[in-house]
Amino acid sequence: MGRPAIEVEHLSKRYRLGEEQFGITLREAVARSFRRLGRPGDRSRRDEIWSLRDVNLQVMEGEALGVIGRNGAGKSTLLKILSRITEPTSGVARTQGRVAALLEVGTGFHPELTGRENVYLNAAILGMGRRAVDRRFDEMVAFAGIERFIDTPIKRYSSGMYLRLAFSVAAHLEPDILVVDEVLAVGDAEFQAKCVGRMASAEQEGRTVVCVSHNLDAIARLCPRSVWLEQGSIQAIGPTAQVLNDYLGSLVSRQTEAWSTEDLESPVALRAVTILDPLGRPVEVLRRDQPFTIEVRFSVRTSIPGLDLSSPVINMHGVEVLCEGWGDTVPERPGDPGTYVARLEVPPVLNVGEYVVGVWIGTRYDTFLEEATAARIRLEGDVKGRPRRLVDLRLPWDVQRVADHEDRSLSLSESD
Amino acid sequence: MHPATPGHRRAWIENRPSRGLRGLDLRELWQYRELGGFLALRDLKVRYKQAAFGAVWAVLQPLVGVIVFTMVFHRLAKVPSDGIPYPVFAFLGLAVWAYVSSGVTKASQSLVSNSPLVTKVYFPRVLAPLASALPGLLDLAISLVVLGVLMLAYHVAPSWAVLTLPIWLLALVAVTLSVGVWLAALNVQYRDVNHAVILLVQLWLFVSPVAYPSSLVPDAWQPLYALNPIVGVLDGFRWAMLGAAWPGTGLILSLGVTAALLTSGVLYFQRVERRFADVI
Repeated sequence: MGRPAIEVEHLSKRYRLGEEQFGITLREAVARSFRRLGRPGDRSRRDEIWSLRDVNLQVMEGEALGVIGRNGAGKSTLLKILSRITEPTSGVARTQGRVAALLEVGTGFHPELTGRENVYLNAAILGMGRRAVDRRFDEMVAFAGIERFIDTPIKRYSSGMYLRLAFSVAAHLEPDILVVDEVLAVGDAEFQAKCVGRMASAEQEGRTVVCVSHNLDAIARLCPRSVWLEQGSIQAIGPTAQVLNDYLGSLVSRQTEAWSTEDLESPVALRAVTILDPLGRPVEVLRRDQPFTIEVRFSVRTSIPGLDLSSPVINMHGVEVLCEGWGDTVPERPGDPGTYVARLEVPPVLNVGEYVVGVWIGTRYDTFLEEATAARIRLEGDVKGRPRRLVDLRLPWDVQRVADHEDRSLSLSESD
Repeated sequence: MHPATPGHRRAWIENRPSRGLRGLDLRELWQYRELGGFLALRDLKVRYKQAAFGAVWAVLQPLVGVIVFTMVFHRLAKVPSDGIPYPVFAFLGLAVWAYVSSGVTKASQSLVSNSPLVTKVYFPRVLAPLASALPGLLDLAISLVVLGVLMLAYHVAPSWAVLTLPIWLLALVAVTLSVGVWLAALNVQYRDVNHAVILLVQLWLFVSPVAYPSSLVPDAWQPLYALNPIVGVLDGFRWAMLGAAWPGTGLILSLGVTAALLTSGVLYFQRVERRFADVI
């Protein structure tokens, strides 16, 4: 403890946009080098993207660090450099000990091979030796709960079984540094909890963990400290609760800024997305037993027949709890140019927690606009000891005392 | 058991922009030998899963080739075979050639077909073409057993030279990798390689002494002919197994070209490998 296990100094990574990211053909390469001959030094800066820019970071031995940020903020790039999958453009990343990168569950799983064969292959890919697997094989299979199918080719597995086996191998790795990207987002909740539990214990054993997730809840449980990346740079670093709070607060204001530089090509433009309380006042926090209204203000530039709008409400586990669209309920859809306000009242059905409200506008065939995080709402109140349920409808149970002569027949019908 | 015992200090592993040419890190390669083995084993297993005839295919390919070659080259074109019964002569050529052609093809695809690995985990990338050259050795071994049967049937007795077989096998793997490593690295950036490799292997067969002996090539052309790296190795195999003439100076040329290709291939590979994950 108290000694650094990861050191990152002035780390930057540049990607070039366009074809060069993918395989190009020889003909294109030749053509391009000729073009470059004609105009020397003409390599437009605009098709460059700095995925990371001058990042400095230290992670102590045995520490668990969360990495949060929006899509494209450079989180995955950071993990890829830490695990040496790709090299930085400048700067240096140092790691101490064996690094295992879990950027995907079941990396290298082959459908034709059996569960057993895949466990050994996958473990070898993740840097676990054959003997170590021998020693823990039974434990892994038991953890996944697929003892009966271990010698069946995994192409015959259900997707659930496949994920459990893959997770199980990952959960039994014994690296010094564990680098995890979003793998907790899949699998059923119960198994996820089991894995988070294992990783938390891994941390207690003195393992260093760097973890990227959109499941902010998991980050909060797993990582005492977090770093927030924004466009490749560190926006904040510190205790997770504080960083998460700042990050969530930024989601709304940032998006509003982004709309001012709108895409003029798009036939629709988003003006504002606001959450209103029952009195019509904009809010970010509300009691869970009150209804709220999602208000979307947008402009239509050219006439669009069959215009559709929907607004997904997503909880902090990434679950889309609601997604109401016009398609179901609006008979006369506005399609003429002009500015519109659409309001949707959401009754008090959602459980306590943080929600992100998105907006999608398009037609059956096109997507004109998609904002995954257009607004945010926090519902406060009593979880009544059931924090994991999605909806809280307070439906009335009907309870009656049964007369004694009916009792016998009732217990009979129950038993079959 | 505990991964981080106090007082136990490990060396830092650095990831920084690489410059210039780098040689192979043999120590690291050794550390990852298990993964290489598993990748090879995977390819082998996958190939024979749900294939009822399994390893029979490994023998069938050169065997059918020999029948066709005997009809076309020996009977019709009257191609000589240095005094060795033609079917035995051609079978060895085809068995070795089957290894080269499949090895080069597999190696050239080894990174692209393993792209999920390349983009999701670190391992010395050169392991991919290396591992892809291993499964073919099993097929070759089976073919060599069948060759033994053929030799018995045609009364061809091997001499003490057969003891040098491991050297020729090593040279064969080197030839395959010398081309394979180049193609694997190029294929990451230029998918043309997938098409080019088919053409290359086809043409290469005709300029290699598979169906005919290299003695058929006029003396003046021999040095140029031996620049084809497989020429010396094929002649060497026939010398070791069938008592054909010693390949002579041609062998030195072939091995020289192999060494040059392999060294430059590995250097090129190492130079571009850190970009693979971004480009693939």
